Amino acid sequence: MAELYEGFTLCGLAAGQSRENSGILGIEPGRDADHVIVTGAGSTVTVYKVSDQKPLGSWAAKQGQAVTCPAVLHGQTGEYVAVHDRNVLRIWRDEDINFEKVFKATLSAAVSRIHALPSSEPLVLFQRGAVRQLDALLAAPQQAVEEVLSEEEVIRWSSCFLEAEQPLLLFSTEKSGECFLYLQKLNPDVLHKYNIGSEGKGVCPIGFTATLENKCITLLCLYSSGCVYKLLVSLHPSAEGEQHLPKSLLLKLPVSEGVLHRAAIASLEEGHIAIVGAPHSASTGDTDFLCIWNTNFQTLQASKKLAGGTYGQLWCNAGKLYVTHGKVLTVLPYRCEKSSLAAALGKLKQTSTQEVTSSPSVLNWNSFPHEEAALEQKTGMRTRNSKWNLKIQATLATSINQVLEDIKGVSREEVEEVLEPFLSCSPVSPQFQLGLADIAVELLKRCQADPGFYPQSVLARLTQTGRLSHSSCPGFLMLVLEKRDYFLAQLCLQHFPDIPEAVTCACLKAFLSVADADLVRVSVDLEGVSLMDGPGQSLEGVQNGFSPVLLEEDSCDVQLTSPKLDQSSSWTDVSLTCPVGLKKSALLNEIIQSSYSESFLLPHLKDLSAQQIILFLQYLQYLYVRSSGDVYTQLPGLRAPTITQITDWISLLLDAHFAVLVMAPEAKGLLAQLHRFVRSQVRLYSELGKIQGTLQELSKIKQAQEIGLYSIEVIELL
Amino acid sequence: MGEFKVHRVRFFDFMPSGIRCMAFNSKADRLALARLDGSVEIFNFSNNYFQEKVIPGNDSRSIEAICWVGCDRLFTAGLNGEVVEYDLERLCPKYTLDAFGGPIWTAACNSEETHFAFGCEDGSVKLFEILPDKIQFERNLDRQKGHSVQRILVDRGPAGTRNKDCVVWNVAFLSDYTIVSGDSAGKVQLWDANKGTLIKTHLVSKWDVLSLSVSENEDSIVAGTSEGTVVQFQLLSPKIGDTETQWVRTRTFKHHTHDVRAVTETRTAVVSGGLDTQLVICPLMDKVEVKSSESVLRKVIFPHRSLVSCAKKPSLLLFQFPDQLELWRLGGTDTIGKPGESLPVTRKPEKLLQLKRKGDDHICCSTISECGHWIAYSTVSSIRLYQLQCDNNNISITKVSKLPKVLRSAHQLQFSADSSKLFVASEQATIHVISVSRSECKHVHTFKPKSDVFLPTGSSAPVHLLAASADGQWLTSANRHCEINVYNLKKLKHHCMVPVYNSLPSAMAIHPETNNLLVTHADQQMFEFGIVDKQYTDWSRKLQKEGLHRCRLKWGTPVTHITFNPQAPSQVILHDMHMFCIIDQSLPLDGLKAQFYSQLTPKDTSETDKPRKNNALKICNKYQPLLHVNLLEDDWLVVVERPLIDIHSQLPAPVRQKKFGT
Repeated sequence: MAELYEGFTLCGLAAGQSRENSGILGIEPGRDADHVIVTGAGSTVTVYKVSDQKPLGSWAAKQGQAVTCPAVLHGQTGEYVAVHDRNVLRIWRDEDINFEKVFKATLSAAVSRIHALPSSEPLVLFQRGAVRQLDALLAAPQQAVEEVLSEEEVIRWSSCFLEAEQPLLLFSTEKSGECFLYLQKLNPDVLHKYNIGSEGKGVCPIGFTATLENKCITLLCLYSSGCVYKLLVSLHPSAEGEQHLPKSLLLKLPVSEGVLHRAAIASLEEGHIAIVGAPHSASTGDTDFLCIWNTNFQTLQASKKLAGGTYGQLWCNAGKLYVTHGKVLTVLPYRCEKSSLAAALGKLKQTSTQEVTSSPSVLNWNSFPHEEAALEQKTGMRTRNSKWNLKIQATLATSINQVLEDIKGVSREEVEEVLEPFLSCSPVSPQFQLGLADIAVELLKRCQADPGFYPQSVLARLTQTGRLSHSSCPGFLMLVLEKRDYFLAQLCLQHFPDIPEAVTCACLKAFLSVADADLVRVSVDLEGVSLMDGPGQSLEGVQNGFSPVLLEEDSCDVQLTSPKLDQSSSWTDVSLTCPVGLKKSALLNEIIQSSYSESFLLPHLKDLSAQQIILFLQYLQYLYVRSSGDVYTQLPGLRAPTITQITDWISLLLDAHFAVLVMAPEAKGLLAQLHRFVRSQVRLYSELGKIQGTLQELSKIKQAQEIGLYSIEVIELL
Repeated sequence: MGEFKVHRVRFFDFMPSGIRCMAFNSKADRLALARLDGSVEIFNFSNNYFQEKVIPGNDSRSIEAICWVGCDRLFTAGLNGEVVEYDLERLCPKYTLDAFGGPIWTAACNSEETHFAFGCEDGSVKLFEILPDKIQFERNLDRQKGHSVQRILVDRGPAGTRNKDCVVWNVAFLSDYTIVSGDSAGKVQLWDANKGTLIKTHLVSKWDVLSLSVSENEDSIVAGTSEGTVVQFQLLSPKIGDTETQWVRTRTFKHHTHDVRAVTETRTAVVSGGLDTQLVICPLMDKVEVKSSESVLRKVIFPHRSLVSCAKKPSLLLFQFPDQLELWRLGGTDTIGKPGESLPVTRKPEKLLQLKRKGDDHICCSTISECGHWIAYSTVSSIRLYQLQCDNNNISITKVSKLPKVLRSAHQLQFSADSSKLFVASEQATIHVISVSRSECKHVHTFKPKSDVFLPTGSSAPVHLLAASADGQWLTSANRHCEINVYNLKKLKHHCMVPVYNSLPSAMAIHPETNNLLVTHADQQMFEFGIVDKQYTDWSRKLQKEGLHRCRLKWGTPVTHITFNPQAPSQVILHDMHMFCIIDQSLPLDGLKAQFYSQLTPKDTSETDKPRKNNALKICNKYQPLLHVNLLEDDWLVVVERPLIDIHSQLPAPVRQKKFGT
């Protein structure tokens, strides 16, 4: 999970900025994590101590001069390096006050950017694509600089890395709608050129971010269509000349209208990316958001509305995101945790067979297209297979678009007709999955707009594919609840891996309040309760001829000697009749087994009424008695709740509503039983603790082979 | 070397009797010990501690004291008030004599071996004169009539036990007029016999000191206690070079769980025995030469002879108890399995017969015929032969009433392989051949020992081992003079005598195909003798050269049974108490020279360490302790185990000892 913390303003934006231009040229790391160098478009270079939100030093070029590339800190010398008027290099230190008097060198060509490396000489990237190390350049400032790029080819973005003490520069260019990528290695000088390929008319890359990992540069590219592609650039390409670089779709942002203009992307750690200037949900289409996405799970992890509109500028430095919006430069600390399936799904891990029966939406990460691409890239081979894959993806994309078109404005029966062939051929690919989500969202929109339209069977089919998730079609489950479609609600609970706690709670509320009579006609999957007794049937708590008797405190001897006399106080004899109907219990079981995070669930649980809480507690107690009477900790049936799940829910309910329950007279008996039971459990465990040592010794005893008076064995003498 | 299905039998409820007293004869290097059931055993200490002779017990006999005279006269006295001298050749009482003093509790012989003194229940001491062929009453030292020189009163035990009477269980009189006493308060006390004063008290136990023994040269005393400990005292000078000596408590041995009723000391070892039925020979390491067989602690638990006979075809086992015989039919299974597996028992073993003996004398030997139709047993007074009829579930047993008159008592019984003849090794050192059939039993022949030709003394030893060949032509016998005679049954003639080896044969068998005689001796040597050729076989010579004995030296107990594998005629199966092994005579022996391996450990040895496949010796020590191992048909093995824990569980509870934490 990733989180965005409360941000703060680092500085205001200079007056005179326009809607398009924030006036900030760049933000570069300072001498430590807490320092940044902010280069304004005008002529100022300011060093900030971020935690104090205070400028430490500021230098300004004189009137008429303009700083044209972001100032950087030369890590080895502690000097600042900047360029103004395209080709005038300036180098200064903290103690220099007058910018006019600092070191100055006029270069022979225009500079695009200077890149500082922590333990190496800074690299100077000229606008025509040549790259020099700073020291080499200073030795002969007027040296001739070659032209690498062709006419009209413009550098859009550049980044540098250090791999095995070797500086690397990666930069992208654009020439009449086509995009290229250059990888410049120094010592020895090697330049590789790649064609990224275009993404259709009017769609161009608008944001780049790259990371170096395992001798492979991962370039994430945000297109104006809202797609984030992943490109893997090998450091040791095998082929010479211009190569085509395959890309894989990582994320598709819901860009509703037109294309993105001003957006930026920054890759954070652990498979997270930050995107500014792009909408996170199709419904709003609002682009003034800073979002953190998980690229592995394609889930939105955090988002923040930025006041005053964004400029599509985003920098990331030392665990903080710097974003310009409105009239300020805001610093937003963030935190990304390594995402695991368990974290993505919530607190509980699905146990036993349940994982098999309800496969969550996108489990097979291995078959993800970018992995394939990586594999191909690593081997340097472009097989027919990958082309074929691309083709399949293309046809899929068109068919999904077609389906989306087809289901607009048609009747329920027609929707079924259209979707039937699509669902019946279900290739496993993320594109298909995204397509399913699109279809679900489309149907959802129609349902919301038209109360009479509710294609239940289609929605059920969609859910049963197991490839929908709550985040891919938010509002789905709420709509289902609204329609009182308990069958579909159960399906969703079974198949959605990421239902938010609020929705879970809403389901619980709905299930608890529904009358058993209303459920008569509803078909509910009774698998979870298949082997349980129907309502009103009592249970003989006998295991191996032993009827467990509650150990009463201070009177256990009496209890043990005359267990039959005081049956009424025994936990196991109470409420052995199920307080809810069979179908209701099936629905509640789904709730109990759904994944949740306690801290998020607790506030929502407080919405339940006292009556509902008592009913649910009674049911949980019934379940507990059922399952604890058994030697196995799980009730029979494939999807039955485990005893841990049951006790967790009891604890949660008591936590949420203890005050209410204490006051409610009808809950008194229930609480007293729970209390008595817990007390006896505590006693039991303290007694067990006393003999712990003995029990441990018992397990150490090597099981001596029991040989009777006579046995027949087979031996072999070797 | 093969896969075997094993009947693992644990239902032989063999229970040895507790040891009551013993006497060591240093001239003959033999130990005589008496058990609670009245039986007497003689162990030959110079022959690998082999249990040489067993004189079966008698219900009316209860031995309290045992005594050697000379090197071959053995006397016991017991609670029936009688003194018994034994015939050590015929292994039965020679004569009994009533001392007329009620039960005899103790006996002693003077050092000149001219007189016996017996302590009787009525308080009197009877003096007997020892004559060459009998003992004769001489005097009665009555309590009143006798003149006591000194009166020593042993005080009661330490605080807490003072209200209990103190019983002096044992006294010893040293030649320097020191008296040693062991009493029920756990004290070993040394007294000056001249002055009647206490020299020294050693508190050795919280319980009783039950037995005392003084070494021959009177420099060491051992005492056995109820706690199962044996404590040694030695006469040492406290300072080096000092001539003055003291009795100092030196060692404590704890090899017993129950009362140590008898202790004695040999030149090199402390020997002890008690209620826990085992004889423990614990070497005194300062007195043994390094690395000889004497330096090993030995425990004799099982008799050095087989108490189990087996009828291979009908899978019957005959168990010999002192007072009865038990006949069991082995179980079976329908399934087959892989090595290491335990198969489900679909047919349970069945106890077919429990045959109580007649009379007071204990059973000394028994056998069952190969076909399972005949059972014979003998006591010192009679031989009984039974015919067994087994139709489905009905078992009927009929005693053969008319036995030939020559049959009086047997030391060993053996049926021929076709069950038509019974060979009886009589107490007169002859072998009677009896033909048995449903109609009658007829005496066919008596083989007289040929040994008197070589031994001018004329005292021929009774036979203790018999082996008949499968083809019915040969019969071999081994006697306690280590002589092995071969008789031709067809010609009813003595065939030859195997060269005498100076160790007692412990087991022998004739190979069913080659008619070679395989003999194992008490010192673990093994010989193969070609009967037809009248000479040792090549294999036997090779074995002696290569030295199987080096590997076998580890075996503490003698081989008690030899059998052959009819499926693989080259395989010999023999066992002792701790393991059984298969020797393949067709495989080269040189593998034995290298290390030899147990088949149960190869898993953790690496490939190179693994024994070569063609190793002639395969050992299995999975089953122990073993009373019997035999090979039935179709690769079925029968293994009779008697876990020691089962024996211990039948013993009375030992004295309670305070252990830490209880």
